[in-house]
Amino acid sequence: MSSDPKPNHAIDLDAIRARLAQPGGRRHWQSLEQLQDTKEFRNFLENEFPSNAEGADKERDVINRRDALKVMAASAAMAGLSACTKLPTEKIVPYVRAPEEIIPGKPLFYATSMALQGVATGLLVESHMGRPTKIEGNPDHPGSLGGTDVFLQASVLGLYDPDRSQTVVFEGRISSWQAFVAEMGNLQSQVAPKGTGVRILTETVTSPTLTAQIRKLLQQFPEAKWHQYEPCGGDNAREGARLAFDKPLNTVYRFDQAKVVVSLDSDFLVSGPGHVRYAREFASRRALEGPQSEMSRLYVVESMPTSTGAMADHRLPMRTSDIQLFALHLASAVGVSVSEPDMATPLLPPGQVPQPQRLSPTVENWLTAVARDLLSNRGKSLVVAGEGQPPVVHALAHAMNEALGNSGKTVYYTEPLEANPVNQTESLRDLVNDLNKGHVKLLVILGGNPVYDAPTDFGFGFALLKAKTRVHCGLYNDETAELCNWHVPAAHYLESWGDGRAYDGTIGIVQPLIAPIYDGHTLQEVAATLTGDSGKSAHDLLREYWQSQRPEKDRAFEAFWERSLHDGLMANTALPAISAQLHPVFEREFSSTAAAASPNELELVFRPDPTILDGRFANNGWLQETPKTVTRLTWDNAAMMSPVTAAQRGLASGDYVTLRSGGHELKAGVLLVPGHADNSVTLHVGYGRRRAGSVGTGPGFNAYFLRTSSAQWVASGLQIEKTGDTYFFASVQHQYTIDFEGHPAEEESVNAFRRDLVQVATLDEFRKDPNFAKAPETTESHGLSLYPDFKYTGYAWGMSIDLNRCVGCNACVVACQSENNIAVVGKDQVMRGRAMHWIRIDTYFDGGLETPEMYFEPLPCMQCENAPCEYVCPVGATTHSPEGLNDMTYNRCVGTRYCSNNCPYKVRRFNFYLYSDYKTPSLYGLRNPNVTVRSRGVMEKCTYCVQRINAAKIRSEEENRQVRDGEIVTACQQACPAEAIIFGDINDKKSRVSQLKAQSRDYVLLADLNTRPRTSYLARVRNPNPEIHE
Amino acid sequence: MDPEGSQNTGDSQRQDLLLEPGYTLATVTDKISSIVLTRGTTKGWMLGFGVSFALLMLFNAAVSYLLIRGVGIWGINIPVGWAFAIVNFVWWIGIGHAGTLISAILLLLHQKWRTSINRFAEAMTIFAVACAGMFPLLHMGRPWLFYYLLPYPNPMWMWPQFRSPLVWDVFAVSTYATVSVLFWFVGLIPDLATLRDRAKNRAAQIIYGFLAMGWRGSAVHWSRYETASLLLAGLATPLVVSVHTVVSFDFSIAIVPGWHSTIFPPYFVAGAIYSGFAMVLTLAIPIRKYYQLDDLITMRHLDTMAKVMLATGMIVAYGYMMETFMAFYSGSTYDRFMIMNRMAGPYRVIYWILIACNIAIPQVLWLKNVRRSPLGLFIISLVVNVGMWLERFVIIVVSLHREYLPSKWDMYYPTRWDWATFVGTIGLFLTLFYLFIRFVPMISIVEVRSLVHETEKEQGS
Amino acid sequence: MPQIFHHSTNFISRMSIYGAVLILGGLALALYEIALSPWYTDQNVSREQPVPFSHRHHAGELGIDCRYCHTSVEKSSFAGLPPTQTCMSCHSQIWTNAGMLEPVRASYRDDVSLSWTRVNALPDFVYFDHSIHVNKGIGCTTCHGPIADMPLTYRAASLYMSWCLNCHRQPAEFVRPKSEVFNPYYQPPSHDHPVTAEDGTSFVDQAALGSYLVKEYKIQSLQHCSTCHR
Repeated sequence: MSSDPKPNHAIDLDAIRARLAQPGGRRHWQSLEQLQDTKEFRNFLENEFPSNAEGADKERDVINRRDALKVMAASAAMAGLSACTKLPTEKIVPYVRAPEEIIPGKPLFYATSMALQGVATGLLVESHMGRPTKIEGNPDHPGSLGGTDVFLQASVLGLYDPDRSQTVVFEGRISSWQAFVAEMGNLQSQVAPKGTGVRILTETVTSPTLTAQIRKLLQQFPEAKWHQYEPCGGDNAREGARLAFDKPLNTVYRFDQAKVVVSLDSDFLVSGPGHVRYAREFASRRALEGPQSEMSRLYVVESMPTSTGAMADHRLPMRTSDIQLFALHLASAVGVSVSEPDMATPLLPPGQVPQPQRLSPTVENWLTAVARDLLSNRGKSLVVAGEGQPPVVHALAHAMNEALGNSGKTVYYTEPLEANPVNQTESLRDLVNDLNKGHVKLLVILGGNPVYDAPTDFGFGFALLKAKTRVHCGLYNDETAELCNWHVPAAHYLESWGDGRAYDGTIGIVQPLIAPIYDGHTLQEVAATLTGDSGKSAHDLLREYWQSQRPEKDRAFEAFWERSLHDGLMANTALPAISAQLHPVFEREFSSTAAAASPNELELVFRPDPTILDGRFANNGWLQETPKTVTRLTWDNAAMMSPVTAAQRGLASGDYVTLRSGGHELKAGVLLVPGHADNSVTLHVGYGRRRAGSVGTGPGFNAYFLRTSSAQWVASGLQIEKTGDTYFFASVQHQYTIDFEGHPAEEESVNAFRRDLVQVATLDEFRKDPNFAKAPETTESHGLSLYPDFKYTGYAWGMSIDLNRCVGCNACVVACQSENNIAVVGKDQVMRGRAMHWIRIDTYFDGGLETPEMYFEPLPCMQCENAPCEYVCPVGATTHSPEGLNDMTYNRCVGTRYCSNNCPYKVRRFNFYLYSDYKTPSLYGLRNPNVTVRSRGVMEKCTYCVQRINAAKIRSEEENRQVRDGEIVTACQQACPAEAIIFGDINDKKSRVSQLKAQSRDYVLLADLNTRPRTSYLARVRNPNPEIHE
Repeated sequence: MDPEGSQNTGDSQRQDLLLEPGYTLATVTDKISSIVLTRGTTKGWMLGFGVSFALLMLFNAAVSYLLIRGVGIWGINIPVGWAFAIVNFVWWIGIGHAGTLISAILLLLHQKWRTSINRFAEAMTIFAVACAGMFPLLHMGRPWLFYYLLPYPNPMWMWPQFRSPLVWDVFAVSTYATVSVLFWFVGLIPDLATLRDRAKNRAAQIIYGFLAMGWRGSAVHWSRYETASLLLAGLATPLVVSVHTVVSFDFSIAIVPGWHSTIFPPYFVAGAIYSGFAMVLTLAIPIRKYYQLDDLITMRHLDTMAKVMLATGMIVAYGYMMETFMAFYSGSTYDRFMIMNRMAGPYRVIYWILIACNIAIPQVLWLKNVRRSPLGLFIISLVVNVGMWLERFVIIVVSLHREYLPSKWDMYYPTRWDWATFVGTIGLFLTLFYLFIRFVPMISIVEVRSLVHETEKEQGS
Repeated sequence: MPQIFHHSTNFISRMSIYGAVLILGGLALALYEIALSPWYTDQNVSREQPVPFSHRHHAGELGIDCRYCHTSVEKSSFAGLPPTQTCMSCHSQIWTNAGMLEPVRASYRDDVSLSWTRVNALPDFVYFDHSIHVNKGIGCTTCHGPIADMPLTYRAASLYMSWCLNCHRQPAEFVRPKSEVFNPYYQPPSHDHPVTAEDGTSFVDQAALGSYLVKEYKIQSLQHCSTCHR
């Protein structure tokens, strides 16, 4: 009923005819309405999609039939009759012919991989009766090692997104794939033989198959051109390598080998190629067995605080545009022979008013200390440059690594991942020029959304219209599709056959978990229509390509193919390390380029958004609602700046301002971020979408309006002007945002440390007193409860979270949401303090607003021994299991919220409205069938993924054995790239979790309350350089 | 029995009477019963009733919308899981206590001054409990499953969890409601009989007759009547203390800083009686004026009630002091922060208004001529009503909004539906009360009759 | 002044006091009875099916093993419902043109699933697992009743939580040797026909057998909420 739009929306006759013309009914019908894009349809979408659409959370006063029924049900129930509502009669529908591998009720796992900005990461996808429901990392894949990140975790929601484009569109009207193929046939013959005016625009392509196809095309049509563009791609790295080595190279870091790491504005732990792997490697050097063990040291220079910055032992906030100068100094300090850089521009310590002509002592001291540290760790150190830095900084980083003898040890180089490495900005510029000159007859856009995210000065939208035939293939009918004559819905990667290279070049296989839901087609298939082998399925294209490439033939190939599909990757296909010679004359290049903006000028820094990246995930409710690292902001981007900078300009969080830069302007809300560099404003791209879907259209401000090709990452000379209005952000944690009285509520962090919520020590302190984290109360608190202690004869589940490993990447948060069917509530509800995440990453700051240390603390349910929630529940909906879990029985809960009031950790979440989306049919497939979908008025919480625990116990019982250590993995643990979360049986003294809990760093939150949590933490240990005094 | 009475002279002595002289049994009966029978429906009554009924309809609207959409329509969130609903619950249930105290305890203590006020004090109790009783239901996420809180045989083999104070609430409140209603009704019977006998039209005769349950005023009836009231008084007396004690357990059982405190039971009970008497005055003074009952509800009554307020007010003040003292004396970070947050945090204004309303302003009751000025008393009683409501707000919301983990601190802002529900219950209360004063003798004829002798004696001496 | 009420009112009013009590009590009792009645639980009510499939014939008279059709009962939470294929594996040879079987043939021909009416249904928030019960020696008939005597299938138990708990609290009263799990005619041990466990020891009363098997199969009496609710 709810899936049927009739009640909400009357459709015209054409619609019905069109619908009848289409095979397979309603799906097309809906999409047709989508194309009509009427007001009714918007409402319809809102009603259809209440938990995700922001608008749906505005209290709708209209009472529709569904609501009316609810009241009747309620009043009937009030009359005590609800005991007499019978279970509905269910139908049960078996297969006609059962597929052999499926056992009804048992999930299957398939290996595939997801390419993001060209870099593929291997995955294992859980499938229930043919429905992919959960993404896990592929332990065999070098880019994952079992870990994942927010984008990988949330991608499964993208598959079921009802807003995805659902039919081929020609000139705004429904068309068909057949029609499209035919049309491409004609065009082909028209442009033949030379293919004059044919242009292909792709995102970064590492897929050998697709590359081969495009190459084939280019052979057929010598005059055709292939352009690549990616708004947040690797141009600077590419150019940097070219600068240093004369050719573009792919840089592979080995953080597990590095004792000292210097990050020049690089957020390598959560972004860029291989970050999942890097997080694991980095964490492995931060883990401490005991006081004697060694740990690495991390220096970070950056403007906007990032995960990497938060993990730093020393973090130096510095304007992005000043960092290249810093790099020069550092380079010369570690013995790179650079001609003495121009010292006219001083480097400013954070929070100081600019005073010209002198290098600040603080930074001087800092720099020399870092240099000394690097020099004393030759071959064991590593300098990493961030994508936001100009090529020269990347080149310097390479030079430093050479000079420090790191090359081949902590870093090595391979041939580039992409088959055709180009400067994408220039590549797009060429395309735009050709378009404007009217040289382009046929433009085929394979993926990407350039109309939205191309540099403003290109005016891509207008240029695009100059092409005669414009074809767009993408997941959404987005801004670009709108301006194209043809739009072909792309298949989601979970529906596709394909391949792609990992950060080290290993070839990952993309194989479909499900047939295309919205009859999408892969890029390969679309490309095939041009190369004349249309009709070939993506699978054939892929297989044929590799058959032609691989040495193995016939049988051998079959075997190889089977294994590759099974593993999700082709063994030993990583690109070999190659020796790179530094460009002989590259010194001169520097001093010329080394010109920084004048000190007190305001710079505008562009960065990809931590949760929706360059905007491609804008319609993903999970990612929109994921609190961004450090700022804890949801559903928005913001003009982020340091409190000092804000104070100097009389700004405060929530001020709605006009940003003027490079002749363009944009209105945005201000957000103060402690630890942000002064005289610098960071703006995340990806928001302010105009045509993203019911979720992504609207929120935030479109930073691309200000982003020009000349200043893609940092623009100088930013003007800020108050509009006088206020903008309301939805932050899940209020510290340092402006509180209701108008001054920053530092209080929160202050209290957090007063309450020993985050236990920290330096390595030396830790060695002196290994037990620094232990609270005295924990020792003698037993038996203080009026109730007898529980006896745990069987298993006793517990969790240990290592604060030294956690990089605050949010992967656990999204993984939990995916595993446990957690609803999205929308900005309005988040603002009201009703976000539903079962695990949250508390973020605390220590030490002032200028250069605070930042601490992440993942917080799932503590599963207390003496649980305050249990004894206050009037109906026994939350109870203590014999294995020590605080069970939560949703169907028994009447929603008094007493348990939440009495939970000192506030880990319980309440369904204030009907948050779960019962109406959108496409989302049914997404749900984990082993977890109840909670209805309105019910309390919910983390139960250590009890569904996984039960499954493992049943398996072990049937095999007549004990559950093995590590057999049960909670969703958060499985997602964690840094292995910060370990779960297991604490009754088994040999289990990993027991051993971790036995460590001296082990502590629990609010120990003095005698709740005796099962979740405990390993205290954070920092490894500061004694030579640096802050 | 009356410490002041003896040395008072002339004028003031006249004021100290519980009943103006010159009344005979007949005139008393006439005066009181006439309000119901002969006076008819006045414009003033219609107006008042109309307004209250409008508010009652607002309440219906608010509740319907609540059932449609869920408790999300209120301002509550995580961490502030309880707010207006529970504040109102505690406030109303507290108000109820004065009635029971007056009718039960003062009856047992033979306090004659209770006679002319106990009837509508009891009525107030019942209506207040009616309002209070709504909230535990409404505040639930799934109110239609309220019966999970009742111990009844069921095919789930599940019982409520008896460790939870919310379950005790169910018993406390329901018992309280039952006993109050019985007590009130039993007391009514003779008067209903009187109305039955005096009623002119048949309908009234039948209805009152039906309610009077065949009362004929025989000696047997009277003796049973006496025993019954005494028994019920005996039953009700412990409730005065127990009910609000149980309510206070909802908080003191929990570990929330600002809730977890052994002082709660006594200080809640005192607070209850405090607010209860304030409410009695708030009602008594206008009625007394409007229906010219000054010589039945004399200055003496007002004065005594003011004194009770003063006394209980002081107990409440002591409660606040102890709370603050303990927070610092205990040395607990959390408690100290809780108090500081009340006094200087986001909601500090509310805290200081509360102190003003419940402690500062009522101090003027030390002055005799304030106690004896109806207007002054009326204002003060209103102030105290507000103060006691704010007290519950501070205890519940201000304690919850900044609890143990700073990462989960948040603010609570009431929505229009919060207000609608609150004002709505006031509508319900007043509606019932208007109906009561229109159709039932609001002062116990029987008991006032018994005063006639007394006053005659005193005049004689 | 005339009497308002007739004299009988006294009697009526007295009676009404007791009456009230009785009526309320009766009402409560009625509700409770309804909740337990087949009308409400569908216990012992056989359902309309697209094909009048007879367990008596197949499982009883023909003695086809349960697992022939319910293939995943030992491996999965869900016992599994046979695909049309399974039916046709026999019925492509026998009764090939019985009218009764037309829907089956149609399903196979047109590749459209048969849609059966579910007989044993639990609410969605209850997570029951067949495999663990079967593997711990709980027989099919323990829950599904005399399936081999059911011409049309009906629900043999109320499927109330109390019914589940009844067994979870004393599994010894219901457990049987694993070898007997799929025997639709299994009877608890008694003197005239004892039951022998795997290791050959034979028992003449359930109490002994039960306590023996509970130890043997390491059967736990799980009663905490998350056993079935998540």
